[in-house]
Amino acid sequence: MDLATLLPFIVNVIVGGLVLGFVYAIIALGYTMVYGVLQLINFAHSEVFVTGAIVGYEVFRVLAPNPMNGYLKLLLALLAAMTVSGVLNVLIERLAYRPLRNAPRLVPLITAIGVSLILQDVLRVIEGFQGRFDLTYILPESFGTRFCAAQSSCAALGNVLRTIGIDLQVKDVILIVVALLSLGGLNYLVNRTRLGKAIRAVAQDRVTAGLMGIDADRMISMTFLIGGALGGISGVLFGLKVGTVNAYSGFDPGIVAFTAAVLGGIGSIPGAVLGGLVLGVIQNLIGVTNIFGQILGSANLQAIDASYQRIGAFLVLVLILIFKPTGLLGKSNVEKV
Amino acid sequence: MKKTALSLSVLAALALGSASAQTTVKIATLSPLSGGQSDLGTQIRNGAQLAVNEYKPLFKKIGLDLQLVAYDDQADPATGTAQARKIASDRQILAVVGTLNSGVAIPSSAALAPSHVAMVSPANTANQVTDRGLSNMNRIVARDDAQGPAGANFIARTLKAKKVYILNDKTAYGEGLAKEVEKALKADGVQVVANEGTEEKSDFSSIIAKIKLQRPDAVYFGGIYNQVGVFIKQLREAGINAPVIGGDGLDSSELATIAGQGANDIYFTTVAAPIEALPAAKVFATSFKQTFNDNAQGFGAFGYDAAKVVLQGILDAARANGNKAPSRMQVETAIRKGNFTGLLSGNVTFNSVGDRKSATLYVMNVQGGKYKLATTVPVKPARQ
Repeated sequence: MDLATLLPFIVNVIVGGLVLGFVYAIIALGYTMVYGVLQLINFAHSEVFVTGAIVGYEVFRVLAPNPMNGYLKLLLALLAAMTVSGVLNVLIERLAYRPLRNAPRLVPLITAIGVSLILQDVLRVIEGFQGRFDLTYILPESFGTRFCAAQSSCAALGNVLRTIGIDLQVKDVILIVVALLSLGGLNYLVNRTRLGKAIRAVAQDRVTAGLMGIDADRMISMTFLIGGALGGISGVLFGLKVGTVNAYSGFDPGIVAFTAAVLGGIGSIPGAVLGGLVLGVIQNLIGVTNIFGQILGSANLQAIDASYQRIGAFLVLVLILIFKPTGLLGKSNVEKV
Repeated sequence: MKKTALSLSVLAALALGSASAQTTVKIATLSPLSGGQSDLGTQIRNGAQLAVNEYKPLFKKIGLDLQLVAYDDQADPATGTAQARKIASDRQILAVVGTLNSGVAIPSSAALAPSHVAMVSPANTANQVTDRGLSNMNRIVARDDAQGPAGANFIARTLKAKKVYILNDKTAYGEGLAKEVEKALKADGVQVVANEGTEEKSDFSSIIAKIKLQRPDAVYFGGIYNQVGVFIKQLREAGINAPVIGGDGLDSSELATIAGQGANDIYFTTVAAPIEALPAAKVFATSFKQTFNDNAQGFGAFGYDAAKVVLQGILDAARANGNKAPSRMQVETAIRKGNFTGLLSGNVTFNSVGDRKSATLYVMNVQGGKYKLATTVPVKPARQ
C-alpha cells in the first residue's frame, strides 16, 4: 500500500462522505429551524423528507417518456417536492402541534413520533394502491454519466480530479450545487429579509415579538413551510444519490440528520450544515478504519469496519457534547429569570 | 357434585350440537405483510391461500370447515413472537406456514413449541432454525450450511475467483450465510479480503471505496434484495464490474429494478426455484395471476408447497382421528413423519429435526435486468 494508491482512496472516502453529508445537512436544517422557533424536535420531519423523495420520484416517473431537458425535469421535481413537503409540514403544525403549544414538553414530542408513524403508513398506502413499494428513480441518462467524462469538453479537469480520487457522477455534482444553492437561499432569507428577521425574533422570544406586532403563529407556519420545503429538496437529493426510496426510508437518514443537528448545535443553521458534513465524513472514515489498521499492522483497528459506522457517529456526538454541550456552533441558552 | 354433573351434561350437549355443524379448523400464515419485505411475505400468504382453496372441499367431505388466517410479522423478531403467542391462543389454529425470516422463525417457533403448533417454513435457511431440535419446526427448503458452500463453490469453480470481498447485513440470516461462504471459500483456497457487516441501506461509499482499493474478483453479499440492490447500483456506478453473488435474499424481481442499469453479473443461490424452473408450476402460476393479479414468484410456489404439507398433515391426522378435528400434537407428529407428494418442488419427507431430506438449490443469474437459471445443485442435510 503506497501513497499513490492510498491518497486517492482517502480523498474518495472523504468526498463520498461530503456528498452524503450535504443531504444530511439539508435534512438537519428542517430539524434545527423548527427547534429554533418552538423548542420542539419535529420527528415527523423524516417523513416530510420522504414525502419529498416520493414526489420527486413521481415527477421523474411521469416525465420519463418526455424528451424535455433533464435539468428541467429536475427543477420540476424539486419545485413539486418543495411545495408538497412544505404544505404538509404546515398542516402537521396546524393540526398536531399548535393545539399542544402550551402542553408539557413531552406531549408534542410523542405527538411528533405519532405523526411520523401515521405518515409512513399513509405514504405506503398511497404507493401501494398503485402496486408499488420500492421506488427506483428513473433519472435522465446524463445524470448517471461521469462528471467531465473522457469525451467531454472538460475531460482534462475530469482526469485530474479522477487522479486524485475525486470520481463524481454528474448527479453528485448536481446534488452539491442544489444543496449549496438551497443553503445560500436560506441564508439570504433568514438574515437579509423582513420575514427572516421576524422568524429570528420569534425564535428569540415569542411573547416579546408578539408585543412588537409580529404575528407569531404566522411566523411559526412560515418556519414550517421553509423547513418542509428544505425537507422536500433533501428528499429529491436523497433520491438522486441513493436511487431507491420507500415509505420507510426516512428513519435512518432522519436519525443521522437529527444527530447532525444536535452535533452542530440544535437551533443553529450553520451548525446543522457543519454537523451534517462532519457526520458524513466521520461515518465514512470510521467505515474504512480497518484499511488503516492493515497498513499500520494494528489488530484493534483492523476490527473496526463499516459495521461501526453508525456507532462511531454517535460516539463522536457523545464526545463532542461532553466537551461542548451546546454542540459545535450552538449558543448557550441563558436561563431567563 | 350435582353442579359438576349438570355442567358436564351441558358441555356434552354443546359438543353434540357442534358435531352436527361444521367444525372450523384454521391454518395461519406468519410472514411480513407490511414493511420492506412485504413483497416476499405476501407471496407466501397468497401461495398458502391457493393451497387452502384447493383443500377446502377435501376438508368439507369430512365435516371440517378450513380457513386461513394471515398474520403479519413485519420481518421483526419481536413482532413475530407476539403474533406467535396470538396464534397459540387461538385453539382452532392447528399449524403455521412461515416464516420468511430465520431471525423471526427462531423466537416464534420457540413461542409455539409448548402448545405444539407445527410450523412449516417455505423460506427459513438458518441452521439454528432446526438445529435446536424443536418438535414443531420444519422447513421445505435447503439449509444455509448447504447454501453457503453451494455459493462458494460457484464462486471458486465456475467464476474462478481468486480474491473475494464478503459483506453481510448483520442479521441472523445474512451473517450466518456470509460465515458459511467464508469457511467454504477458504477451504477452496480462495483469498477472503473481508467479511464485513453493514446495516446501511442508502450509502455504501466507504465500502465501495475499500472494494475499489482491494480489487476483488467477486463480491459476496449475505443480505436482502432491498439493501443489496442499492449496493449493486452504487457499486456499478463507481465503475466496478466484479460479479456480485448472494443468497436467496436476492430472490425478488425488485432486485433488478432497484439495481437499474447496474443489474449485470449478479448471481444468487436460492432455495425457492424460479417459477420457470418448476415444470409443475405452470398451472399454479396461472391461477396465482388470476386470483391475486400479481405474478407468482419462487416464494409464492414454496408458500403453496409448505401449506400443502401442513394441510395434508392435518388431513392425515384427521383421518387417523376418525375424521374429527385432530389435536395440535397429532398434526405436529403427522407433519414430521409424513411423506408428501404432488408438490411443485418434488416430494417432501423430513428428518428427525425437521429438515427436508432431499432439497434443491438453484443458482440464478441476472444479466441486463433479466433473470435466468444458471445451474441447479442437489443438497442433503448432514442428518438423514
